Amino acid sequence: MEVSVTVNDVSRSADVEPRTLLVHYLRDHLDLTGTNVGCDTSSCGACTVHIDGRSAKSCTVLAASAEGADITTIEGLADGDGLHPMQQAFHECHALQCGYCTPGMIMAATSLLEEYPDPTEAQVREGLEGNLCRCTGYHNIVKAVLAVGGAS
Amino acid sequence: MTAVEDAPTTAGIGHRMLRKEDAKLVTGEAKFVDDIKAPGQLWMGMVRSTMAHATIGSIDTSEAEAMPGVHAVYTGEQLAELGLWAAPLPCAWPVTEDMVNPPHNPVAVGEAKHVGDILAVVLAETRYGAADAAEQVIVDYEPLGAVTSIEDAMADDVMAHADLTTNKAFHWPLDPNPEATAAAFENAAHVVKARFIQQRLIPTPMEPRGVLAIPSPAGGEVTLYSATQVPHILKVMIAATTGIPESKIRVIAPAVGGGFGGKLNVDADAILSVTLANHLGRPVRWTETRSEAAGSSHQGRGQIQHMEAAADADGKVTAVKVHLDADMGAYMMLITPGVPLLGSFLYTGVYDIPNLSFSCDGWFTNMTPTDAYRGAGRPEASYAIERVMDMVAGEVGITPEEVRARNYINGGEFFENHEAASTLIFDSGHYRPAHDKALEMADVAGLRAEQARRREAGEKVQLGIGMCTYVEICGLAPSRALGGLNYGAGGWEHATVRMLPTGKVEVVSGSTPHGQGHETAWSQIIATKMGISPDDVTVLHSDTATSPLGLDTYGSRSLAVGGVAIAMAADKVIDKAKQIAAHQFEASADDIVFEEGAFSVAGTPARSVHIQELGFAAFAAHDLPDGMEPNLQEQVNFDPPNFAFPFGTHVAVVEVDEETGNVELIDYTAVDDCGNQVNPLIVEGQVHGGIVQGAAQALYEVAIYDDQGQITNPSLMDYLVPSAAEMPSIQVESTVTPSTSNPLGVKGVGEAGTIGSAAAVINAVCDALSPHGITDMEMPATPWRVRRAIEAAEGGGS
Repeated sequence: MEVSVTVNDVSRSADVEPRTLLVHYLRDHLDLTGTNVGCDTSSCGACTVHIDGRSAKSCTVLAASAEGADITTIEGLADGDGLHPMQQAFHECHALQCGYCTPGMIMAATSLLEEYPDPTEAQVREGLEGNLCRCTGYHNIVKAVLAVGGAS
Repeated sequence: MTAVEDAPTTAGIGHRMLRKEDAKLVTGEAKFVDDIKAPGQLWMGMVRSTMAHATIGSIDTSEAEAMPGVHAVYTGEQLAELGLWAAPLPCAWPVTEDMVNPPHNPVAVGEAKHVGDILAVVLAETRYGAADAAEQVIVDYEPLGAVTSIEDAMADDVMAHADLTTNKAFHWPLDPNPEATAAAFENAAHVVKARFIQQRLIPTPMEPRGVLAIPSPAGGEVTLYSATQVPHILKVMIAATTGIPESKIRVIAPAVGGGFGGKLNVDADAILSVTLANHLGRPVRWTETRSEAAGSSHQGRGQIQHMEAAADADGKVTAVKVHLDADMGAYMMLITPGVPLLGSFLYTGVYDIPNLSFSCDGWFTNMTPTDAYRGAGRPEASYAIERVMDMVAGEVGITPEEVRARNYINGGEFFENHEAASTLIFDSGHYRPAHDKALEMADVAGLRAEQARRREAGEKVQLGIGMCTYVEICGLAPSRALGGLNYGAGGWEHATVRMLPTGKVEVVSGSTPHGQGHETAWSQIIATKMGISPDDVTVLHSDTATSPLGLDTYGSRSLAVGGVAIAMAADKVIDKAKQIAAHQFEASADDIVFEEGAFSVAGTPARSVHIQELGFAAFAAHDLPDGMEPNLQEQVNFDPPNFAFPFGTHVAVVEVDEETGNVELIDYTAVDDCGNQVNPLIVEGQVHGGIVQGAAQALYEVAIYDDQGQITNPSLMDYLVPSAAEMPSIQVESTVTPSTSNPLGVKGVGEAGTIGSAAAVINAVCDALSPHGITDMEMPATPWRVRRAIEAAEGGGS
């Protein structure tokens, strides 16, 4: 079936099996491989994207049910050529090591700040509960999110 | 914008330089294996055993073969007949001459030995198609008795391999002075005995494993992209296992999403993708699913530790006796049998304990093979001795900090080249400053007052304070030492440093990063050595075509071996450049000084030439000293003379809800000493992550097998990798005691956090529960276990 979406402000479409997960639609059919897959139970959050402005785990959504949606992936988060403030903060706070969870973590974190513009540490930790990182122990991720929150 | 006002600046060794690696990773530009496509690629799907131990009867592949998009299906027998592998999957560490090592075929033939053992392989046009087809292969099993625990294996009633007569794979002793150990126990005022269980853990790097093999049917070469920590080792082992000439194999580890030991192996998927790609003339790929990993990627730990410690009346420990029963799982993987032995040398910890008696029995079970997981043998050793030290303190009636102070090597004061009871030489140590700093940062005095208040008030949430003073072995490894342990290879590392004609520097390293920030750290080393900007340095790694020599990344070895090799190669380049500068100045090289990247004749600094200018002179070669070869390029293969021994003191603080049994880690302090630091920002990151992995072993993680050998929690729904919500902020500080094992004075830090934290957390849990008379707690300290311990202590049982 043909599935059409707007991804990172560009209209895209691809012919996929009805059962295709959004994450595989993005990765395998639209070549947007910045969104990663870390599990098969919607537990790790590596595949987090924004659908119509809200964060969602793209392994939990069928591509077909995203028909017509406005999707933002890590490739389209920043305005222009620079980094989004959250990407910059992750860099400056050393909030990534292997970087595999990072796109999903950044997408979840930007969404978190939409809800809590100036969050407490506890709100950040609770808010990122659905995103797993195995490298950083979360310490610097929390620091990065708080830095952006406090700055905005 | 700048999110952080005190953002680190760019500079050389010792500076908190921001990572060069980050830009590609925060934008999604980095390419992991599953991100790379090859025209004509086939997806491999594995048909895995659903039984822990069974004779394989018929395998019906007809339905799968008939599915649209399915290209081929092969059983183990068919693959063996095709001759696609020349030898079983390798074990590089036969720890004893008589170690039992049953053949481990990439696809099982005749007998399935664990849930997840591969029985057949399907090749299909799509990711989903391969998964579908694998499900349609029908396997006829004849069940055999399964060995599903170490105790089962030791009973030796049921064999994990049908053709063996015992499950014991080897017995390995380390007993330098048995008479002295026996005498120490006879003369002891206190003897503490304990049995600890190191549960099986699933390494769980966030990127699952994956491969993509691309053949060249006409040329005969094959390129393997693999999510591996060890492309160089993989290349050698693919050649040895398949018979493909090593010169035809190129292995590339692209961006790799963590490893933690879990990607330190030669797995069936690598062999199968390469051989099937060559056989079919099409690219073959496979990406592990997370739930599949529980049976397809090796696991960590899996030991029962029997500990005995002898102490005098003052709590001075005089001897430690250790016996391990170690779970090999179903097969010997790359270093499976060696993992428990890596810990053997550390069972006396940071203490001046004169006598050590160690032995280990390795046992086969019908569970996923074990192998290296962050720390590999050393967290287990650290846990055992650090738990025992707390028990000695309890016996003698002194505090955990006091028992440690009474036992430190050289009283906790600075030392170099200390021979431990294991006969290893500790390069350097200075344990007391880290101890004092950690206790002060954590405010242990204040915590004890609060603990006393809660106990007095009978509050339901009690406080526990636990410490761990660890030492680890890093810088793996002196090749001779590995030879002495019967390991199949050496422990050197390669580096090439070349200055390009334009003055930019290329570093080639055999060390292979998967999150450690090598490109940044190696650039800092070159920046300091050569007096150039780290931005002028490019690091080539992780591709056997551009970096043909190397022994890769594990055992906290990258900086202490690979980084040192880079520094030494840089020195050689500088030496050669100095000869050219001397020639240009018509001076003796002995009179040339090198400062901040510039050569000048001593005493006449006005006339100087920068090393980056000499890159072109060496390249053009118009006017080099007589007999000098063109170009500035030097290589070093550094084989360290000794290991390095980082150490530190960790303090964990937990709250234990005595009504629910819930344990919450509320504060954590670490003061680590990894010698000189190239980049403190990266050091802290390694410590943070390591601490959380060790704390996760203490509180959450365990691979649970039922009595049929089925893993009951293979997915991240049930295997409890902690999230940010469970973990506290971590206070990290350091002391600096340079290593004497290498010219940079560096030690290693990748595993330190994990080695310190499991013991610190469980010591804290036991401290919280000590008023009940509880002295031990099995990991993970789940609410159920904690409640059961409290009930048992209260006489209620459960």
